Amino acid sequence: MLLINCPNCGPRPEIEFRCGGESHIERPGPHGEVTDEAWSDYLFYRSNPKAEHRERWVHAGGCRRWFNLVRDTVTHRITAVYPMGEAGPAEAAR
Amino acid sequence: MTVRYSALSLLREGLNGQRGWEPAWRDASPKARYDAVVIGGGGHGLATAYYLAKNHGLTNVALIERGWIGGGNTGRNTTIIRSNYFYPETAQFFEFALKLYEGLSRDLNYNIMFSQRGMWMLGHDRHGLEMLRRSANAMRLNGIDAELHDGDAVRAHIPGLNGTPRFPILGGLNQPRGGSARHDAVAWGYARAASALGVDIIQNCEVTDFLIEGGQVRGVETSLGTIRSETIGMAVAGHSGVLAAKAGVRLPISSYALQAFVSEPVKPCLDTVILSPATGTYLSQSDKGELVIGAGLDLYLSYAQRGNLPWMERAAAGVIELFPAFSRMRFLRQWAGIVDVVHDSTPIIGKTNLGGFYVNCGWGTGGFKAIPAGGWCLAHAMATGEPHSLASAFTLDRFRTGALIDEASASGIAH
Repeated sequence: MLLINCPNCGPRPEIEFRCGGESHIERPGPHGEVTDEAWSDYLFYRSNPKAEHRERWVHAGGCRRWFNLVRDTVTHRITAVYPMGEAGPAEAAR
Repeated sequence: MTVRYSALSLLREGLNGQRGWEPAWRDASPKARYDAVVIGGGGHGLATAYYLAKNHGLTNVALIERGWIGGGNTGRNTTIIRSNYFYPETAQFFEFALKLYEGLSRDLNYNIMFSQRGMWMLGHDRHGLEMLRRSANAMRLNGIDAELHDGDAVRAHIPGLNGTPRFPILGGLNQPRGGSARHDAVAWGYARAASALGVDIIQNCEVTDFLIEGGQVRGVETSLGTIRSETIGMAVAGHSGVLAAKAGVRLPISSYALQAFVSEPVKPCLDTVILSPATGTYLSQSDKGELVIGAGLDLYLSYAQRGNLPWMERAAAGVIELFPAFSRMRFLRQWAGIVDVVHDSTPIIGKTNLGGFYVNCGWGTGGFKAIPAGGWCLAHAMATGEPHSLASAFTLDRFRTGALIDEASASGIAH
């Protein structure tokens, strides 16, 4: 069970949250100039690391706000929580 | 020495003090060069190695496995075999797998304990029933057996269902030829048969890097040294993305933990397989008597091979809702496998943009039922360079062209 430190509500169990996948995915554009490769990349390809991963979560059973966190996909250890729109801490080497 | 298993050899060895049995497969050390190398000693990898030798006459083949064979998802799934898919491409593929399973014990000379005990999907509301009817029609159009039954018939077939359920059972879809097999036996049977044809099965051998020259794969670096080959197939499920990245190949895969459990063993009480999407229940009973219970995905990336507690609780609640009599049984074991999920829940089998490097992945939560066909088609691609006709739509390129085969929504795969 993950204990997630919501920036607004404090530490809460994972059942109150939903994971929204990888953070910092930007939609390519303008649309008419986007290649099939770039569009496919945007829709389907994710980093999927066996390491630290930046991901978006929403506190669905609480404040209902989105935020980012950095979580290790093997140990599940959460090393950082940071607001939407921020770059977050430097990525650990893979 | 006794090589072939039969009633006669069993009797002979019994009278002979069981001293003549050969190991089921040779524990090989790697040679410097092979005609083909298969990475991953799960069901798909082992089946690939076997069909490379049997169908294509390639016997100078190595199968390399980081741990022990059958120790990944092949040993962690709920062992259900069925072909209740929607689109013609996937239905034909999984039906081919089911048919290979039907003859597999004889083909491999190894009892995989395939029990075609039927596989029931339950409908708990009007919309669920409509989906079942749609699914049954699609299956029949694809030439696959499917029976639609009303609630009374479901209760007559499956004893012990809750008489006063919160989610009433209005009907069910049965695939009579569906069922379960012994998962370890599938891995061991393929390993034994492949080894007998000359394939080197190399365990405790981890791939650390790929040798690549001019857009063509030339071999792999492993913990047991360099192994050269111009043809390499990879079947490593949840670790596909990590390993393919070492070859410079990107895959549209997300890796999640999928949990399963078994209860303490009890006497036979459930003689079929039950899937109830509404209550999140996937249930059967093994030959050992354990109830085998599947849960849903932990919906965040994981390589941890252990699941979380909320899903465990939810799966247990679903089982008790359907079968109140099971409420006092105890879990015996709990585990998770790392599954390779793609957006359309349809596998990827075939070539990549790296010459000579072929993949078999994207099985998500349902790879076990596909093992014979997955191995058959990957072996075909590796041996001929062309996709097998059954897998010609399962390309990596479909994520660029948009020709997805969206079983994720079409056949109601929960994840």
